[in-house]
Amino acid sequence: MVLFEQVVKRFGSNIVLDHLDFSVAQGERVTLIGPSGSGKTTILRLLMTLEKVNGGVVYVEGQPLSHMKRGSQLVPANERYLRTVRKKIGMVFQQFNLFPNMKVLDNVTEAPIHVLGLSKEEAVDRAKQLLDLVGLGDRINQHPTSLSGGQQQRVAIARALAMQPDVLLLDEVTSALDPELVADVLNVLRDIAQSTTITMLIVTHEMQFARDVSNRILMFDKGRIVEEGQPDKIFSNPEHERTQTFLRAVLEER
Amino acid sequence: MGTFLTQLGDSAGNIGAAILVTVEATVLGAILALVLAFILGLLARSRFLVVRGIARTIIEFFRGTSLYVQLFWLYFALPVLGFQISSALLCAVIAFGLNFGAYGAEVVRGAINAVPKAQWEGAVALNMTGFQRMRLVILPQAWIGMIPPFNNLLIQLLKSTPLLSLITVADLTFEGQQLRAATGQTALSYLFLLVVYFILAYIFTLLMNALESVAKARLGRGGGLRGLFRLREADPTGRSAGAGAGGGA
Ligand SMILES: Nc1ncnc2c1ncn2[C@@H]1O[C@H](COP(=O)(O)OP(=O)(O)OP(=O)(O)O)[C@@H](O)[C@H]1O
Ligand SMILES: [Mg+2]
Repeated sequence: MVLFEQVVKRFGSNIVLDHLDFSVAQGERVTLIGPSGSGKTTILRLLMTLEKVNGGVVYVEGQPLSHMKRGSQLVPANERYLRTVRKKIGMVFQQFNLFPNMKVLDNVTEAPIHVLGLSKEEAVDRAKQLLDLVGLGDRINQHPTSLSGGQQQRVAIARALAMQPDVLLLDEVTSALDPELVADVLNVLRDIAQSTTITMLIVTHEMQFARDVSNRILMFDKGRIVEEGQPDKIFSNPEHERTQTFLRAVLEER
Repeated sequence: MGTFLTQLGDSAGNIGAAILVTVEATVLGAILALVLAFILGLLARSRFLVVRGIARTIIEFFRGTSLYVQLFWLYFALPVLGFQISSALLCAVIAFGLNFGAYGAEVVRGAINAVPKAQWEGAVALNMTGFQRMRLVILPQAWIGMIPPFNNLLIQLLKSTPLLSLITVADLTFEGQQLRAATGQTALSYLFLLVVYFILAYIFTLLMNALESVAKARLGRGGGLRGLFRLREADPTGRSAGAGAGGGA
């Protein structure tokens, strides 16, 4: 479903991803963990086409995402091509990024109407279902700014799902929330993980959540995967010393 | 004083018409300026260097040359080159539109740049086209930040309209001078002008404040029509309203 092939990403002289290879299967839930600055967000942003690769190729469903075919060659993708591949991907951001100029319902219907070409009724129906799913069916006419962080983030999840992506990217979606609001958001995501087959790439420091929903954990350090495996193995019996110290540090934080 | 008031009463009709001319020139000039401000401001952010370059050149040219000279060019110089604009008022509207449109372009650009990057990224993640991002997400947030600097420009525009009297248009200033000629009351005549211009400026400001309040309420912030009757602080740098404008957008 998702394939990184020798992907290099640099910011100036800072090499963030150094010939990274990894893949995620259709329907798989993969959690990326690792210390700050290890490149987790960068990976998600590359997939969302918010950043460009400096080397290598990113594929989604076998189609190059970072590049397009011109003849037999791969050349960097242009905006028009990006729009055809980007529709497979949805993202939820740490800071929600809801649109303050739109009510809750419009946040969830505008893109389906204008981008997917849904009729208003269809988009509203779908949005209401999704907002019910995230527990906000009674807030559709409010402004996002009048909601708590946890509620805003749940709207953002509904908004991303309304585009029916094949891959959902979740970048520390509870990090900006007050502790008492985290559980609601994670429960919504657990629901979605259980009731759909959507492929998920998750970056989180919520280790219990990662354990519950993931099929596989990737431990990153300095833009490389230092260890990967099933959650039970990584959390109970990490092999790599870097993973052990990282997990110990995260657990101590709580 | 008595003769002044009598004369003022006698020429009330002319003065009323003159106020209308002044308001008309201001409003039409402002509308043209607004349209040009958006066109130039958006083009100045284009991906293409050539487009950006052309927009910047136009902006810098009309900001960098005097409105007075621009107006005289349209009114006196163009006909010499064999191109006559049908009316003096139209000349003025075009000159106001170009000049204030150039300043307004900087307001538009500044306000768009002030919208957080996260909003662009949210729109990209929903696979909107560049046009949709701008229309659905960015501009509805940016335009609130444009209103206060636009208000400054509008008042500046109003205060530039006495130039009309130099190209034979019977505007408010022209009628004020007629009043002075008829009564010999220089101080009173010009005091009268000051008061009327001030009232006009205040009305424009009230309208813009109302617009801003409505816009803010639609974004779910600000207290509706509260604070409507406050006067905007003067812009100490004159017409620099565009620079870094729209900070709060
Ligand atoms: N836009 C940018 N410009 C310059 N450097 C950047 C940019 N974005 C990320 N970086 C750098 O890339 C590296 C990886 O950043 P990234 O955000 O991917 O890390 P992360 O694993 O998500 O960390 P965290 O857990 O703190 O979110 C860091 O060194 C960061 O400073
Ligand atoms: Mg990060």
